[in-house]
Amino acid sequence: MAVITTGLTILTEGAPNPGEVVAASGTFALAPLLIAIPLASAVVLLLAGRRANAWGHLLGTAASAASAVLGVVLLVAMMGQPEDARTFNQPLWTWIDVGSFSADVALQLDPLSISFVLLVTIVGSLIHVYSVGYMAHDPDRRRFFAYLNLFIAAMLLLVLADNYLLLYVGWEGVGLASYLLIGFWYHKPSAATAAKKAFVVNRVGDFGLSVAIMVMFATMGTFSFAGVNETIAAVDPDTVTWIGLLLLLAACGKSAQFPLQSWLLDAMEGPTPVSALIHAATMVTAGVYLIVRSNAIYDLTQTAQLAVVLVGTITLLMGAIIGTAKDDIKKGLAGSTMSQIGYMVLAAGLGPVGYVFAIFHLLTHGMFKAGLFLGAGSVMHGMNDDVNMRHYGALRAAMVVTWATFGLGFLAIIGIPPFSGFWSKDEIIKAAFAEHTVAGVAALLGAGVTAFYMTRMMAMTFHGKARWEPGVHPHESPAVMTVPMIVLAVGSAFGGLALLFVGNIEEWLAPVVGFEKAAGPIPTSLLIAMTMAVVVVGAVIGWRQYAMRDVPRMAPMQVSWATRAARADLYGDAVNEAVFMRPGQYLTRTLVWTDNKVIDGAVNGTAAGIGGLSARARRWQSGYVRNYALSMLLGAVLVGAALALVRFA
Amino acid sequence: MNPTNYLVLSAILFSIGAAGVLVRRNAIVVFMCIELMLNASNLAFVTFARMNGTLDGQVVAFFVMVVAAAEVVVGLAIIVTIFRTRNSASVDEPNLLRL
Repeated sequence: MAVITTGLTILTEGAPNPGEVVAASGTFALAPLLIAIPLASAVVLLLAGRRANAWGHLLGTAASAASAVLGVVLLVAMMGQPEDARTFNQPLWTWIDVGSFSADVALQLDPLSISFVLLVTIVGSLIHVYSVGYMAHDPDRRRFFAYLNLFIAAMLLLVLADNYLLLYVGWEGVGLASYLLIGFWYHKPSAATAAKKAFVVNRVGDFGLSVAIMVMFATMGTFSFAGVNETIAAVDPDTVTWIGLLLLLAACGKSAQFPLQSWLLDAMEGPTPVSALIHAATMVTAGVYLIVRSNAIYDLTQTAQLAVVLVGTITLLMGAIIGTAKDDIKKGLAGSTMSQIGYMVLAAGLGPVGYVFAIFHLLTHGMFKAGLFLGAGSVMHGMNDDVNMRHYGALRAAMVVTWATFGLGFLAIIGIPPFSGFWSKDEIIKAAFAEHTVAGVAALLGAGVTAFYMTRMMAMTFHGKARWEPGVHPHESPAVMTVPMIVLAVGSAFGGLALLFVGNIEEWLAPVVGFEKAAGPIPTSLLIAMTMAVVVVGAVIGWRQYAMRDVPRMAPMQVSWATRAARADLYGDAVNEAVFMRPGQYLTRTLVWTDNKVIDGAVNGTAAGIGGLSARARRWQSGYVRNYALSMLLGAVLVGAALALVRFA
Repeated sequence: MNPTNYLVLSAILFSIGAAGVLVRRNAIVVFMCIELMLNASNLAFVTFARMNGTLDGQVVAFFVMVVAAAEVVVGLAIIVTIFRTRNSASVDEPNLLRL
């Protein structure tokens, strides 16, 4: 009896409930510094002005690196905690407190957010180091680093917030930083336009997020992650679906998913390190984070989940198709980013079988896509900033390090085992087949197209015959640029293995996002074989077309309609122009006309009418005293007559 | 004597005064006509007081006289000033306030 009682006491007093939130203390209380350091550095760099030109880039890099070191320290400390007590909450101060509305500035550190913190800070720091070399000759390098730090700080705020409202602050901060960086060379009209386009398209998504937060507060009275996760089950299913769809709209804007994908390709106007930062570590990953973070909402609504899967599937195919036709190396990579984020969104829409792999693919993608972009930047650096791959060719001998690092990224993205993309993408394809066969087939096809366009890029850039412009002397980039590329290439090669087998990412994220093993109709080994076959076919076609045959220096004009469509970004901009821009212009023109003719006409007409009447009425004022006396007399007689009439009638 | 006769006289005096105000141009004459109208009304007040057997009408008549005296002071001052500046006492000429 005594033994049983002791056993019960142990049970009741034992470990905390799974997913219990612990107040941050000790090492974990340092989390606000993650955001504060890069933010402070950005402020210093922006305010210090020209006198900081000499050391601005060093401060910026140091701030980002300090955050990265702190992130690693926090990760180690978190790994020392029991598995079910790894969510730390840290209220900082009360932000808004009005009536029943109260918003705290509070941070939440859990396995999901720390994964993002490490991706953002480590990849971000490598990009900082690379930028020191890449932007060495730019007179505005200090400003560039200030914006980079701002970007990092905003992204960290986004992933560390413990409620949707604070997340929204980071969300807008990321939008602002991306606007500043895409338009960094604002003297180029194309860059200024691209920045504006990114900002405007993002606003459409932001609208979704802000409405979602309002709906949450209206129905649940809270917008903290913990509060929403607790109360969402009691909410009307239709409302949950609407919240899910609105959050999806937000994710589409930030992650450049169909139908808000159009800004991403234009965003290549920014300096190449910015593209690497936007595409790998920050910005586009925010949408995936939002969906995975809102897993409690999506688990309750089939409709919204299906919408997420649809968006992901359409985008992964669109991005891949656009990637096949681009001659601009950066735009090709941008199409590839769209496609890969599409994979992540697809996985995030699959529910508990997919959340973990969405994040897993996001982390591996962060490494290899950053490596690929930095490699593209290195190639451009050696080719006088030419981005046209038709002017490249046979660069392997001139840039061995770039070739090797780009090659590792290439092997990772097309999913050759044992490189990192294989592990993450294969799991997504498996999960997709288990839930929606159509999405699975699309993901499988996408893998083949990915292999084709990446092989095309690799072959056109580094292999085949040299098609250089006259006067171009390709050369390897300095060590400050190649070292980050090497680090990222190592990550691309072994990151997937390390995360899956050493980091045990499935169990690591399971307490936050939930995890189920996918059980599909096709055995895993067969699925891997099918994927490999598709990838090899795609790569071989690409290699035969672009490495073994001569590539014309001018893009051929006599091409199929499919190629033309892909070159035009599948008419995304054309549709936007036809559906939104032109009707919008007509609307504004009609409104201006209405304003001028109808509203101003009515107002001016009334004024003129009254003026005319007054001019008539003025004639009565003759200025002769006797006239006035006569009118007074007549008035008096009238009043008297009226009185008499009332009296005697 | 029938008090109605006084009322008729009052009405006649008032009409003469009103006609004078409307047709004459000399400010002094206009002024005198106004006095005529005031006194016509005074006569009516007194007559009504007599007819009703109360003092109210008589009291009002005194008020009217006081007001008329004050008015004469101000009015004559204005007329004299205008005559000095414009060498005319016509009421038609000082129409400068008109636009």
